[in-house]
Amino acid sequence: MTIRHHLSDQLLMAYAAGQLPEAFNLVVATHVSLCDECRSRMAAFDAVGGALIEEIDEMTMGEAALEAALSRIDGLPQATRAEPLKPAGIFPAPLADYIGGDLSAVRWRRIGGGVKQAILPTGRDASARLLYIPAGTAVPDHGHRGMELTLVLQGAFADDNARFNRGDIEIADEELEHTPVALAGQDCICLAATDAPLRFRSVLPRLAQPLFRI
Amino acid sequence: MMLDATRPVMTEQSGPLQPGVVAVGKELPGQKDRPVAKAQDGTDWAGLLIRVRDRQDKAAFAQLFRHFAPRVKGFLMKSGAGAALAEECAQDVMATLWQKAHLFDPARASVSTWVYTIARNKRIDALRKDRRAEPEELDWGPEPEPDQAEVMEAQQDTERLGQALAQLPAKQRALIERAFYGELSHSEIAAETGLPLGTIKSRIRLALDKLRHHMT
Repeated sequence: MTIRHHLSDQLLMAYAAGQLPEAFNLVVATHVSLCDECRSRMAAFDAVGGALIEEIDEMTMGEAALEAALSRIDGLPQATRAEPLKPAGIFPAPLADYIGGDLSAVRWRRIGGGVKQAILPTGRDASARLLYIPAGTAVPDHGHRGMELTLVLQGAFADDNARFNRGDIEIADEELEHTPVALAGQDCICLAATDAPLRFRSVLPRLAQPLFRI
Repeated sequence: MMLDATRPVMTEQSGPLQPGVVAVGKELPGQKDRPVAKAQDGTDWAGLLIRVRDRQDKAAFAQLFRHFAPRVKGFLMKSGAGAALAEECAQDVMATLWQKAHLFDPARASVSTWVYTIARNKRIDALRKDRRAEPEELDWGPEPEPDQAEVMEAQQDTERLGQALAQLPAKQRALIERAFYGELSHSEIAAETGLPLGTIKSRIRLALDKLRHHMT
Protein backbone atom coordinates (compact mmCIF):
# COMPACT_ATOMS: atom_id res chain seq x y z
CA MET A 1 0.00 0.00 0.00
CA THR A 2 1.50 3.30 -1.03
CA ILE A 3 0.14 6.32 0.75
CA ARG A 4 0.58 9.54 -1.19
CA HIS A 5 -1.39 12.04 0.86
CA HIS A 6 -0.07 12.55 4.37
CA LEU A 7 -0.78 14.49 7.53
CA SER A 8 0.53 18.05 7.79
CA ASP A 9 3.33 18.98 10.20
CA GLN A 10 0.84 21.18 11.98
CA LEU A 11 -1.53 18.30 12.71
CA LEU A 12 1.32 16.02 13.78
CA MET A 13 2.75 18.61 16.13
CA ALA A 14 -0.68 19.39 17.55
CA TYR A 15 -1.16 15.66 18.18
CA ALA A 16 2.28 15.41 19.80
CA ALA A 17 1.44 18.42 21.96
CA GLY A 18 -1.86 16.81 22.97
CA GLN A 19 -3.90 19.69 21.59
CA LEU A 20 -6.13 18.15 18.94
CA PRO A 21 -9.89 17.97 19.36
CA GLU A 22 -10.98 14.40 19.95
CA ALA A 23 -12.36 13.91 16.43
CA PHE A 24 -9.10 15.02 14.77
CA ASN A 25 -7.15 12.96 17.25
CA LEU A 26 -9.06 9.92 16.03
CA VAL A 27 -8.36 10.64 12.36
CA VAL A 28 -4.66 11.26 13.02
CA ALA A 29 -4.29 8.08 15.10
CA THR A 30 -6.11 6.09 12.43
CA HIS A 31 -3.93 7.44 9.62
CA VAL A 32 -0.73 6.85 11.58
CA SER A 33 -1.85 3.26 12.16
CA LEU A 34 -1.66 2.83 8.37
CA CYS A 35 1.32 5.05 7.58
CA ASP A 36 4.91 4.48 8.80
CA GLU A 37 6.02 7.76 7.27
CA CYS A 38 3.67 9.77 9.48
CA ARG A 39 4.38 7.49 12.46
CA SER A 40 8.04 8.50 12.14
CA ARG A 41 7.23 12.18 11.70
CA MET A 42 4.97 12.07 14.74
CA ALA A 43 7.71 10.40 16.77
CA ALA A 44 10.07 13.25 15.84
CA PHE A 45 7.57 15.76 17.23
CA ASP A 46 7.16 13.59 20.34
CA ALA A 47 10.93 13.87 20.76
CA VAL A 48 10.53 17.64 21.13
CA GLY A 49 8.33 16.91 24.13
CA GLY A 50 11.04 14.58 25.42
CA ALA A 51 13.66 17.32 25.14
CA LEU A 52 11.39 19.76 26.97
CA ILE A 53 10.73 17.30 29.80
CA GLU A 54 14.47 16.90 30.21
CA GLU A 55 14.96 20.67 30.53
CA ILE A 56 11.94 21.54 32.58
CA ASP A 57 12.01 22.99 36.09
CA GLU A 58 11.56 20.01 38.36
CA MET A 59 8.95 20.10 41.08
CA THR A 60 9.85 18.04 44.12
CA MET A 61 7.57 15.15 44.84
CA GLY A 62 6.14 14.61 48.30
CA GLU A 63 8.45 12.99 50.82
CA ALA A 64 6.93 9.54 50.68
CA ALA A 65 6.29 9.62 46.93
CA LEU A 66 8.89 7.04 46.02
CA GLU A 67 7.79 4.62 48.74
CA ALA A 68 4.20 5.07 47.62
CA ALA A 69 5.20 4.34 44.03
CA LEU A 70 7.18 1.27 45.02
CA SER A 71 4.38 -0.20 47.04
CA ARG A 72 1.95 0.60 44.25
CA ILE A 73 3.93 -1.26 41.59
CA ASP A 74 4.29 -4.14 44.01
CA GLY A 75 0.69 -5.03 43.44
CA LEU A 76 0.75 -4.06 39.80
CA PRO A 77 1.31 -6.82 37.29
CA GLN A 78 3.38 -5.77 34.31
CA ALA A 79 1.76 -6.32 30.99
CA THR A 80 3.78 -8.83 29.04
CA ARG A 81 4.54 -8.64 25.37
CA ALA A 82 1.20 -7.54 24.04
CA GLU A 83 -0.78 -9.39 21.49
CA PRO A 84 -2.33 -6.17 20.31
CA LEU A 85 -5.82 -6.23 19.04
CA LYS A 86 -5.13 -6.47 15.34
CA PRO A 87 -8.40 -5.90 13.59
CA ALA A 88 -8.94 -8.16 10.62
CA GLY A 89 -11.27 -5.77 8.85
CA ILE A 90 -10.83 -2.38 7.23
CA PHE A 91 -10.73 -0.32 10.42
CA PRO A 92 -7.39 0.15 12.20
CA ALA A 93 -7.51 -0.42 15.98
CA PRO A 94 -8.23 3.16 17.14
CA LEU A 95 -11.25 3.40 14.85
CA ALA A 96 -12.43 -0.13 15.60
CA ASP A 97 -12.34 0.87 19.28
CA TYR A 98 -14.69 3.77 18.65
CA ILE A 99 -17.08 1.70 16.62
CA GLY A 100 -16.90 -1.36 18.82
CA GLY A 101 -16.08 -3.64 15.90
CA ASP A 102 -15.57 -3.61 12.17
CA LEU A 103 -17.82 -2.66 9.27
CA SER A 104 -20.68 -4.87 10.41
CA ALA A 105 -20.89 -2.96 13.72
CA VAL A 106 -21.44 0.43 12.09
CA ARG A 107 -24.91 1.87 12.56
CA TRP A 108 -25.38 3.60 9.24
CA ARG A 109 -28.08 6.14 8.54
CA ARG A 110 -29.10 6.70 4.97
CA ILE A 111 -28.82 10.30 3.90
CA GLY A 112 -30.03 9.85 0.33
CA GLY A 113 -28.63 8.83 -3.03
CA GLY A 114 -27.24 5.61 -1.63
CA VAL A 115 -24.94 7.61 0.65
CA LYS A 116 -24.84 6.62 4.31
CA GLN A 117 -23.18 8.14 7.33
CA ALA A 118 -22.56 7.25 10.93
CA ILE A 119 -21.71 10.02 13.36
CA LEU A 120 -19.20 8.91 15.97
CA PRO A 121 -19.45 10.01 19.58
CA THR A 122 -16.75 12.62 20.17
CA GLY A 123 -16.28 15.83 22.09
CA ARG A 124 -18.09 18.87 20.79
CA ASP A 125 -15.18 20.94 19.52
CA ALA A 126 -15.05 18.84 16.36
CA SER A 127 -17.13 16.02 14.94
CA ALA A 128 -16.26 12.75 13.24
CA ARG A 129 -18.31 10.52 11.03
CA LEU A 130 -17.98 7.60 8.71
CA LEU A 131 -19.19 8.11 5.16
CA TYR A 132 -20.27 5.38 2.80
CA ILE A 133 -20.38 6.55 -0.79
CA PRO A 134 -21.39 4.13 -3.55
CA ALA A 135 -18.85 3.78 -6.33
CA GLY A 136 -19.32 6.52 -8.92
CA THR A 137 -21.21 8.87 -6.60
CA ALA A 138 -20.27 12.44 -5.70
CA VAL A 139 -19.20 12.94 -2.09
CA PRO A 140 -21.91 14.95 -0.36
CA ASP A 141 -21.61 18.08 1.73
CA HIS A 142 -18.55 19.66 0.30
CA GLY A 143 -18.67 23.16 1.48
CA HIS A 144 -15.85 23.45 3.97
CA ARG A 145 -15.95 25.65 6.97
CA GLY A 146 -13.06 25.33 9.30
CA MET A 147 -10.79 22.38 8.67
CA GLU A 148 -11.97 19.04 7.34
CA LEU A 149 -9.95 15.83 7.30
CA THR A 150 -11.03 12.92 5.13
CA LEU A 151 -9.28 9.57 5.43
CA VAL A 152 -10.03 6.82 2.91
CA LEU A 153 -10.56 3.37 4.41
CA GLN A 154 -11.95 1.50 1.43
CA GLY A 155 -12.26 2.28 -2.27
CA ALA A 156 -11.03 5.62 -3.54
CA PHE A 157 -12.19 9.09 -4.42
CA ALA A 158 -10.83 11.75 -6.71
CA ASP A 159 -11.29 15.42 -7.39
CA ASP A 160 -9.86 17.54 -10.19
CA ASN A 161 -6.38 17.42 -8.78
CA ALA A 162 -5.73 14.15 -7.08
CA ARG A 163 -6.80 10.62 -6.33
CA PHE A 164 -7.14 9.37 -2.76
CA ASN A 165 -6.79 5.68 -2.00
CA ARG A 166 -6.94 3.69 1.23
CA GLY A 167 -4.78 5.38 3.84
CA ASP A 168 -4.64 8.71 1.99
CA ILE A 169 -5.81 11.76 3.86
CA GLU A 170 -7.26 14.90 2.38
CA ILE A 171 -6.89 18.09 4.41
CA ALA A 172 -9.38 20.70 3.27
CA ASP A 173 -9.84 24.21 4.50
CA GLU A 174 -12.30 26.93 3.68
CA GLU A 175 -10.58 27.81 0.43
CA LEU A 176 -10.91 24.41 -1.14
CA GLU A 177 -13.87 24.05 -3.44
CA HIS A 178 -14.06 20.78 -5.24
CA THR A 179 -16.31 17.94 -6.15
CA PRO A 180 -14.80 14.71 -4.97
CA VAL A 181 -16.30 11.61 -6.54
CA ALA A 182 -16.08 8.04 -5.32
CA LEU A 183 -14.33 6.08 -8.04
CA ALA A 184 -15.98 3.22 -9.87
CA GLY A 185 -15.16 -0.30 -8.82
CA GLN A 186 -15.64 -0.34 -5.07
CA ASP A 187 -17.88 1.62 -2.74
CA CYS A 188 -15.87 4.22 -0.87
CA ILE A 189 -15.74 4.38 2.92
CA CYS A 190 -14.10 7.37 4.60
CA LEU A 191 -13.56 8.69 8.08
CA ALA A 192 -14.16 12.44 8.05
CA ALA A 193 -13.73 15.02 10.79
CA THR A 194 -14.40 18.71 10.86
CA ASP A 195 -14.16 21.48 13.41
CA ALA A 196 -17.07 23.29 11.75
CA PRO A 197 -20.61 22.42 12.77
CA LEU A 198 -22.16 19.72 10.61
CA ARG A 199 -24.60 21.18 8.14
CA PHE A 200 -27.24 18.62 7.52
CA ARG A 201 -29.39 20.94 5.50
CA SER A 202 -26.98 21.14 2.63
CA VAL A 203 -26.86 17.41 2.17
CA LEU A 204 -30.11 16.73 0.43
CA PRO A 205 -29.95 19.31 -2.36
CA ARG A 206 -26.44 18.23 -3.17
CA LEU A 207 -27.45 14.64 -3.39
CA ALA A 208 -30.10 15.57 -5.89
CA GLN A 209 -27.35 16.52 -8.27
CA PRO A 210 -26.76 14.07 -11.08
CA LEU A 211 -24.24 11.42 -10.23
CA PHE A 212 -20.81 11.92 -11.61
CA ARG A 213 -18.68 9.18 -12.97
CA ILE A 214 -15.02 9.05 -13.75
CA MET B 1 2.47 15.48 53.21
CA MET B 2 2.36 17.89 50.27
CA LEU B 3 5.39 20.04 50.07
CA ASP B 4 5.10 23.58 48.95
CA ALA B 5 5.27 22.95 45.25
CA THR B 6 4.10 26.26 43.96
CA ARG B 7 7.58 27.27 42.98
CA PRO B 8 10.23 25.33 41.10
CA VAL B 9 12.57 23.50 43.41
CA MET B 10 15.77 21.94 42.28
CA THR B 11 15.99 18.40 43.53
CA GLU B 12 19.19 16.58 44.20
CA GLN B 13 20.51 15.15 40.99
CA SER B 14 19.45 11.56 40.94
CA GLY B 15 19.65 10.28 44.44
CA PRO B 16 21.98 7.49 45.50
CA LEU B 17 23.72 6.18 42.44
CA GLN B 18 23.55 2.57 41.50
CA PRO B 19 26.87 0.78 41.40
CA GLY B 20 28.41 1.14 37.99
CA VAL B 21 26.55 4.30 37.11
CA VAL B 22 28.88 7.22 36.73
CA ALA B 23 27.64 10.75 37.00
CA VAL B 24 29.55 13.35 35.08
CA GLY B 25 29.01 17.04 34.45
CA LYS B 26 26.62 17.73 37.30
CA GLU B 27 24.61 20.83 36.78
CA LEU B 28 25.28 23.89 38.82
CA PRO B 29 22.35 25.98 39.95
CA GLY B 30 21.61 28.86 37.61
CA GLN B 31 23.20 27.24 34.62
CA LYS B 32 20.17 26.40 32.65
CA ASP B 33 19.97 29.57 30.63
CA ARG B 34 23.29 28.93 29.04
CA PRO B 35 23.18 27.49 25.55
CA VAL B 36 24.30 24.06 26.63
CA ALA B 37 22.04 21.19 27.43
CA LYS B 38 21.14 20.61 31.02
CA ALA B 39 23.04 18.13 33.16
CA GLN B 40 23.99 15.22 31.04
CA ASP B 41 24.90 12.96 33.86
CA GLY B 42 25.59 10.06 31.57
CA THR B 43 23.01 7.79 33.17
CA ASP B 44 21.84 5.01 30.88
CA TRP B 45 18.11 5.59 31.25
CA ALA B 46 17.24 3.18 28.47
CA GLY B 47 19.26 0.47 30.19
CA LEU B 48 17.39 1.10 33.44
CA LEU B 49 14.01 0.92 31.73
CA ILE B 50 15.00 -2.30 30.02
CA ARG B 51 15.89 -3.70 33.44
CA VAL B 52 12.40 -2.72 34.56
CA ARG B 53 10.99 -4.35 31.45
CA ASP B 54 12.94 -7.59 31.53
CA ARG B 55 13.60 -8.15 35.23
CA GLN B 56 11.03 -6.10 37.10
CA ASP B 57 14.01 -4.36 38.67
CA LYS B 58 12.73 -2.07 41.41
CA ALA B 59 16.07 -0.36 42.07
CA ALA B 60 16.11 0.64 38.39
CA PHE B 61 12.53 1.85 38.72
CA ALA B 62 13.46 3.94 41.78
CA GLN B 63 16.24 5.61 39.86
CA LEU B 64 13.91 6.39 36.96
CA PHE B 65 11.34 7.70 39.43
CA ARG B 66 13.78 10.09 41.10
CA HIS B 67 14.77 11.57 37.77
CA PHE B 68 11.47 11.64 35.91
CA ALA B 69 8.68 12.04 38.47
CA PRO B 70 9.70 15.63 39.43
CA ARG B 71 9.95 16.49 35.74
CA VAL B 72 6.55 15.05 34.97
CA LYS B 73 5.14 16.96 37.91
CA GLY B 74 6.80 20.14 36.61
CA PHE B 75 5.37 19.50 33.14
CA LEU B 76 1.85 18.98 34.47
CA MET B 77 2.03 22.11 36.58
CA LYS B 78 3.26 24.13 33.61
CA SER B 79 0.25 22.72 31.80
CA GLY B 80 -2.04 24.20 34.41
CA ALA B 81 -2.53 21.41 36.95
CA GLY B 82 -2.42 22.27 40.64
CA ALA B 83 0.35 20.77 42.76
CA ALA B 84 -1.79 18.02 44.29
CA LEU B 85 -3.24 16.87 40.96
CA ALA B 86 0.18 17.09 39.31
CA GLU B 87 1.70 14.92 42.04
CA GLU B 88 -1.07 12.34 41.74
CA CYS B 89 -0.78 12.27 37.95
CA ALA B 90 3.02 11.99 38.11
CA GLN B 91 2.49 8.89 40.28
CA ASP B 92 0.11 7.50 37.66
CA VAL B 93 2.61 8.23 34.90
CA MET B 94 5.37 6.37 36.71
CA ALA B 95 3.05 3.42 37.40
CA THR B 96 2.22 3.34 33.68
CA LEU B 97 5.93 3.34 32.93
CA TRP B 98 6.23 0.20 35.06
CA GLN B 99 3.16 -1.45 33.60
CA LYS B 100 3.82 -0.73 29.95
CA ALA B 101 7.58 -1.11 29.94
CA HIS B 102 7.21 -3.90 27.36
CA LEU B 103 6.13 -1.28 24.79
CA PHE B 104 9.29 0.78 25.16
CA ASP B 105 11.44 0.51 22.05
CA PRO B 106 14.88 2.05 22.72
CA ALA B 107 15.67 2.05 19.00
CA ARG B 108 12.79 4.43 18.31
CA ALA B 109 12.53 6.72 21.31
CA SER B 110 14.57 8.00 24.23
CA VAL B 111 13.21 7.36 27.72
CA SER B 112 12.52 11.11 28.04
CA THR B 113 10.40 11.05 24.91
CA TRP B 114 8.57 7.95 26.04
CA VAL B 115 7.89 9.45 29.46
CA TYR B 116 6.73 12.63 27.77
CA THR B 117 4.12 10.76 25.70
CA ILE B 118 2.77 9.01 28.79
CA ALA B 119 2.62 12.33 30.66
CA ARG B 120 0.92 14.06 27.74
CA ASN B 121 -1.69 11.31 27.54
CA LYS B 122 -2.24 11.56 31.27
CA ARG B 123 -2.71 15.30 30.96
CA ILE B 124 -5.37 14.84 28.28
CA ASP B 125 -7.13 12.20 30.35
CA ALA B 126 -7.00 14.24 33.55
CA LEU B 127 -7.93 17.64 32.21
CA ARG B 128 -10.45 16.64 29.56
CA LYS B 129 -13.26 14.15 29.51
CA ASP B 130 -12.74 13.22 25.87
CA ARG B 131 -11.61 9.86 24.73
CA ARG B 132 -8.15 9.79 23.30
CA ALA B 133 -7.35 7.63 20.29
CA GLU B 134 -3.81 6.32 19.95
CA PRO B 135 -2.17 4.79 16.89
CA GLU B 136 -2.29 1.02 16.69
CA GLU B 137 0.66 -0.64 18.39
CA LEU B 138 3.02 -2.25 15.96
CA ASP B 139 2.00 -5.87 16.08
CA TRP B 140 5.53 -7.18 16.40
CA GLY B 141 6.57 -4.83 19.18
CA PRO B 142 10.15 -3.80 19.92
CA GLU B 143 13.01 -6.09 19.02
CA PRO B 144 14.29 -8.04 22.01
CA GLU B 145 17.95 -7.36 21.12
CA PRO B 146 18.09 -4.04 19.33
CA ASP B 147 21.24 -2.78 17.65
CA GLN B 148 23.22 -0.91 20.32
CA ALA B 149 24.42 1.81 17.97
CA GLU B 150 20.82 2.56 16.99
CA VAL B 151 19.75 2.63 20.63
CA MET B 152 22.55 5.06 21.41
CA GLU B 153 21.50 7.30 18.53
CA ALA B 154 17.88 7.33 19.65
CA GLN B 155 18.83 8.14 23.23
CA GLN B 156 21.10 10.96 22.10
CA ASP B 157 18.40 12.56 19.96
CA THR B 158 16.86 14.10 23.05
CA GLU B 159 20.17 15.59 24.12
CA ARG B 160 20.81 17.03 20.66
CA LEU B 161 17.28 18.40 20.46
CA GLY B 162 17.77 19.98 23.87
CA GLN B 163 20.88 21.74 22.59
CA ALA B 164 19.05 22.86 19.45
CA LEU B 165 16.17 24.16 21.58
CA ALA B 166 18.59 26.13 23.75
CA GLN B 167 20.04 27.79 20.66
CA LEU B 168 16.70 28.91 19.24
CA PRO B 169 15.73 32.57 19.49
CA ALA B 170 13.83 33.04 22.75
CA LYS B 171 10.60 33.90 20.98
CA GLN B 172 10.63 30.78 18.87
CA ARG B 173 11.48 28.58 21.79
CA ALA B 174 8.66 30.14 23.82
CA LEU B 175 6.18 29.25 21.07
CA ILE B 176 7.24 25.62 21.11
CA GLU B 177 6.99 25.51 24.89
CA ARG B 178 3.55 27.10 24.84
CA ALA B 179 2.40 24.53 22.29
CA PHE B 180 3.64 21.59 24.34
CA TYR B 181 2.39 22.99 27.65
CA GLY B 182 -1.07 23.15 26.18
CA GLU B 183 -1.38 26.90 25.86
CA LEU B 184 -2.05 26.94 22.12
CA SER B 185 -5.03 25.48 20.32
CA HIS B 186 -4.39 23.20 17.36
CA SER B 187 -5.07 26.00 14.89
CA GLU B 188 -2.65 28.32 16.68
CA ILE B 189 0.17 25.82 16.50
CA ALA B 190 2.66 26.53 13.74
CA ALA B 191 4.84 23.57 12.99
CA GLU B 192 7.83 25.60 11.79
CA THR B 193 9.86 24.70 14.82
CA GLY B 194 13.32 25.59 13.54
CA LEU B 195 14.48 22.31 15.04
CA PRO B 196 16.35 19.62 13.10
CA LEU B 197 13.54 17.09 13.14
CA GLY B 198 14.18 15.69 9.67
CA THR B 199 17.16 13.61 10.75
CA ILE B 200 15.28 12.21 13.74
CA LYS B 201 12.35 11.31 11.54
CA SER B 202 14.61 9.58 9.02
CA ARG B 203 16.30 7.54 11.72
CA ILE B 204 12.98 6.41 13.17
CA ARG B 205 11.71 5.59 9.70
CA LEU B 206 14.75 3.37 9.10
CA ALA B 207 14.17 1.64 12.43
CA LEU B 208 10.54 0.99 11.46
CA ASP B 209 11.49 -0.32 8.02
CA LYS B 210 14.01 -2.63 9.61
CA LEU B 211 11.46 -3.94 12.10
CA ARG B 212 8.90 -4.56 9.38
CA HIS B 213 11.51 -6.26 7.21
CA HIS B 214 12.53 -8.46 10.13
CA MET B 215 9.06 -9.57 10.92
CA THR B 216 7.61 -10.25 7.51
